[in-house]
Amino acid sequence: MTGPTGITRATLLKDLRLEWRSKDAINSMLFFSLLVVVVFSFSFDPTAEESRQIAGGLIWVAFLFAAVVALNQTWAREIRNQVLDAYRVSPAPANSLFIAKTLGNFIFVSVLEALMTPLLIVFYQLRSIGPAWQLLVVAVLGTWALVVNGTFFAAMSLRTRSREIMLPLLLFPISIPALLAMVQSTTAILNGEGARFWIVLLVTYDLVFTTVCLLLFETVLNAE
Amino acid sequence: MTETAPVVTVSNLIKQFGRFAALRGVTAEFSGGKLYAILGDNGAGKTTLLRTLAGLNQPSSGEITILGASKFHDICQQVGYMAHPSLLYDEMSGMENLAYFARLYGIASRTRCADAIRAVILSVGLDPDLARPVGQYSQGMRQRMSLARALLNDPKILLLDEPFSNVDLHSATEMVGLLARMRDQGKTIFIVTHQASLLEHTADEFVWMEYGKIVGRTRELRRPEVTQ
Repeated sequence: MTGPTGITRATLLKDLRLEWRSKDAINSMLFFSLLVVVVFSFSFDPTAEESRQIAGGLIWVAFLFAAVVALNQTWAREIRNQVLDAYRVSPAPANSLFIAKTLGNFIFVSVLEALMTPLLIVFYQLRSIGPAWQLLVVAVLGTWALVVNGTFFAAMSLRTRSREIMLPLLLFPISIPALLAMVQSTTAILNGEGARFWIVLLVTYDLVFTTVCLLLFETVLNAE
Repeated sequence: MTETAPVVTVSNLIKQFGRFAALRGVTAEFSGGKLYAILGDNGAGKTTLLRTLAGLNQPSSGEITILGASKFHDICQQVGYMAHPSLLYDEMSGMENLAYFARLYGIASRTRCADAIRAVILSVGLDPDLARPVGQYSQGMRQRMSLARALLNDPKILLLDEPFSNVDLHSATEMVGLLARMRDQGKTIFIVTHQASLLEHTADEFVWMEYGKIVGRTRELRRPEVTQ
């Protein structure tokens, strides 16, 4: 028998394969982020010192908006041809689908972040005064915070008529504590200040929302 | 024709969407090993009945028992569902699609899985080695692949919504033959269709629906007289 882990793996591989073939999510995310980074860079032309102050906000807002594109795409595939119904009539557990979708989105947004980081460093002359490895921790925790809620709310707005608008309306308010923690911790690390409190806040946020999403996802999936 | 024990029992089933009642108290028993054609005009409640049997719609009230279980999740391994849309990913080939769905049904071993998929694709008259993505299939091929997906878990009960739509007459006749053979092997098959004539000599019973109710069940393809 294929257990929940096997189903999660199969669903994740299927999503990666679909994205590899269509490149819908990555292309739109990349184009959007690139636009934000370049436009802001030319608009403000910040010094290295100014960059350290604004980079946290700029980076995470760009990634948040870009992630919304991927989050909408990931469920749009399941609605086309009503493929989601095939999953719902199968014995596969709902949470396997949720975890696979969240992991898939995490990978897509992480790829985006990896591609955008060198550009951010060049355009904003970013040099971290604090330990740079902590930025990696913030990136992982922050990305998870975005995608776990995003995947959940994207599923929730799946059957609404204007889901592209509904997702940010639901996601952004609930992401404010995480966004605040991401921005503050990134700014603190770049300026060589302590970010411990904000990282702990991010860990707590991730744990709480991952648990809540896992508990509620089956209801959301089967809602009519 | 000998009657067998009912495998599907529907009791006073009501399904409302807001204030609109799509099913208004459907009560019926369906025996095993038979092919039922569910007929009726648009909006009669045929698809809603099928989706409710498939566990995709929750009844507003009433009860459904399938193979003795009242919770769909307990018997979902025994049910195959084919909808009007293909329920397939357009970007993947038929083999890739079915390999994914096989995993959902617990067909894990690669060899067993590949063999099962090839067999089921061949049974609907398609080539398992077709590498084209499903999005490039003709509508008829897509319908057949969709039927293959529904057959993948070797279900005891098949729920098929418009399986012959957009399928050419020759292919549709072949599909009817395949379904008749499955019925003869003991599967219980429900087919919602507007092309009832295709099933004229194959269906065991024609179930007629109007305004969210079953208004008659006939052995021949003849609409019953309904007294309001």
